[in-house]
Amino acid sequence: MDEIIIYAVISLGAVGGAAAIILYFVAQKFKVIEDPRIDLVEEALPAANCGGCGFAGCRAFAEATVKQGEDENNLEGLNCPVGGNDVMADVAKILDLEANEVDPLIAVVRCNGGKINSPQKVVYDGASNCTFVHNLFGGEGGCPNGCLGLGECVDACDFEAIFMNPETGLPEVNDKCVACGACVEACPRDIIELRPVGKKSRRIFVSCINIEKGGPAKKNCEVACIGCSKCFKVCKFDAITMKNNLAYIDGEKCVLCRKCVTECPTHAIHELNFPPRRVKTGDKDKNEAKTVLKVKHPAQENAVVGTVKLTEKVKVEEQAAKKDDNKIEDKLN
Amino acid sequence: MGLLKTFKLGGIHPPEEKRSKDQAIEVLPIPKVAYIPFSQHLGAPAKVIVNRGDLVKTGQLIAKQEGFISANIHSSVSGKVKKIDNVIDASGYRRPVVVIDVEGDEWVDGIIRTDEIKKEVMLSQKEIIDKINENGVVGLGGATFPSYVKLMVPDGKKAEVLIINGVECEPYLTSDHRLMLEKGEEILVGTKILMMALGVKRAMIGIENNKPDAIEHLTKLAANFKGIEVHALKVKYPQGAEKQLIKALTGREVPSAKLPIEVGAVVNNAGTAFAVYEAVQKNKPLFERVVTLTGKSVKKPSNFKVRIGTPISDLIEAAGGLPDDTGKIIGGGPMMGKSLSSVDVPVVKGTSGILIMPDAEAGRKEVQNCIRCSRCVTVCPMGLEPYLIEKTVIVEDFERTENERVMDCIECGSCQYTCPANRPLLDYLRLGKNKVGFIMRTRSKR
Repeated sequence: MDEIIIYAVISLGAVGGAAAIILYFVAQKFKVIEDPRIDLVEEALPAANCGGCGFAGCRAFAEATVKQGEDENNLEGLNCPVGGNDVMADVAKILDLEANEVDPLIAVVRCNGGKINSPQKVVYDGASNCTFVHNLFGGEGGCPNGCLGLGECVDACDFEAIFMNPETGLPEVNDKCVACGACVEACPRDIIELRPVGKKSRRIFVSCINIEKGGPAKKNCEVACIGCSKCFKVCKFDAITMKNNLAYIDGEKCVLCRKCVTECPTHAIHELNFPPRRVKTGDKDKNEAKTVLKVKHPAQENAVVGTVKLTEKVKVEEQAAKKDDNKIEDKLN
Repeated sequence: MGLLKTFKLGGIHPPEEKRSKDQAIEVLPIPKVAYIPFSQHLGAPAKVIVNRGDLVKTGQLIAKQEGFISANIHSSVSGKVKKIDNVIDASGYRRPVVVIDVEGDEWVDGIIRTDEIKKEVMLSQKEIIDKINENGVVGLGGATFPSYVKLMVPDGKKAEVLIINGVECEPYLTSDHRLMLEKGEEILVGTKILMMALGVKRAMIGIENNKPDAIEHLTKLAANFKGIEVHALKVKYPQGAEKQLIKALTGREVPSAKLPIEVGAVVNNAGTAFAVYEAVQKNKPLFERVVTLTGKSVKKPSNFKVRIGTPISDLIEAAGGLPDDTGKIIGGGPMMGKSLSSVDVPVVKGTSGILIMPDAEAGRKEVQNCIRCSRCVTVCPMGLEPYLIEKTVIVEDFERTENERVMDCIECGSCQYTCPANRPLLDYLRLGKNKVGFIMRTRSKR
């Protein structure tokens, strides 16, 4: 009985030993030599695997940085938008190179139509998907370039940085945005753009991408860019270009003087994170003629970004509110 | 009569609702202003050759074909070109059109305007194809594929049979039915011309059995034409789809992602056959067509002969005005048509009908969860699994979507019609086709 056990142990041990020797030589022969710095770089990265750098994930980005560092001795063109300049400085330290400073970007929604400014003309009740609606028709508001409000950008975001505002029916970007570009790609109408964050995160941009002529554009949306070129004429820094009946502000050339914002007749140009303007006495009459409503806009609370004319609905609501007040007063009396 | 032919796989039986089938074709008055889009066909938009202020005559070429798959566009009215502008068309977007202020109705010389039927064809194969191309004839079934391209059989392939599609399987629509009854002989001459252009000896006209008068009429007339057969088909939607009709009539199955010429068949609509007759025998460009205007609450459902570019509001006016309970206006039939976002949309070459749906029927019902009843699989005429494709599109697994053969979908809408949970299956199938098509194009570019 004992013999069987001994034989079994000896034979299995011999097989195991032989296999170990073969495996040892095979492992030596087919050894993959990997730069240990790739692991270090990967550790330094945020591990979001968002693809914002243009590579398939953080590992692929780490491999690319190490390779470029070796081949060209620089890190030009490589940038982790999630980690920003700090992480890139760490990466550069690991590779003994100089870091490449890049201005941080942020996603900006270039449409202010939505339910309020571009009222619903037709009713759509099919599948809730922006790309499908974009292929089907111009959208409920009628603007062929405007936001469809079905939130494909929200689904695409991995960072909880973009949300739909149920009041306006437009997406809003908050500070969590890392400019990975997922929403930019998801939007079938190319409404979202990555722009420089700007000094004190102040930025000015044209919140419209409608390329129709002024008439049809204004018909569908109160705050459309009508291509009047007024902002183009007032800008002294060549930051504004006109193309296809649409103004575009170059975020890098713009010096944030805010002259175009006041010039725009349709309030299509938005300013973000600026302190409130001092109202000049001369402007008072104008302000009274047009009721200025405070419109909440992406990433910014209490910013006056445009005036909205009183629509029928708002008027009705106001009247209703007044009536309610009267009723309460009557009751008290 | 024995067993009637039909296609085997899937299919549904929606209520027919052919309300306008006894209304003779009425000629609609010429509109005051005509809006003629540049792009009324599949393929590249035509290139406009008139300028603002030009005087044009009815039938004059106003936009020239651009590239191989494209078609000429002719003025449907005579008058002055007011402007070249963008207006909302059936796609829901603003597209460029030629706006013409109508003055009188002066036709281009050379168009024969008599109703006399001219049977003899004295032209060669090439001359016929050139004439069809010149006169801007496109498939009038709805896909608007340029007809001359279909007639040029590629090298190595051989056309054996011409199929004329008189099925009109869409509920409500009756424009082909009326045309077959009133212009039967012209359609047969057109069929003969198409046979000559293709060099085939046999033509089959497929008509669904819910049009016995048209079957009888055409069978009687076809006795005088050699090689043309009229077949009655069992009523089943979507029999008017190219692949299904070939299967029903010849028993042949067109392989996935291939054209009908692969099995030796060429399919043309009955309306196209009539347009071919007019183009070849009467020199008349395609600038008017028969449009059905119908709906449950429409006062006078009718079939109109309409000039291309007439706003559909004119048709609605002629049929007794827009009903009060209108919920949706659809360009085309209820199954495959598309709802329009404006009544100023002009009639184009591909408009076979306008359907006005009452509010109670127009809206979609509440979407519920899939209960895996597999009804959509049973009715799919292409043998797809719509519920599965919908899932793959929702989770964005487009590789799987492609493997499930989403590109074979003919968008007939049978799955969505039959779904007891009211799921928007067709919407997601279309989205899947769009996404997969994009992926396939990117891949082929590499």
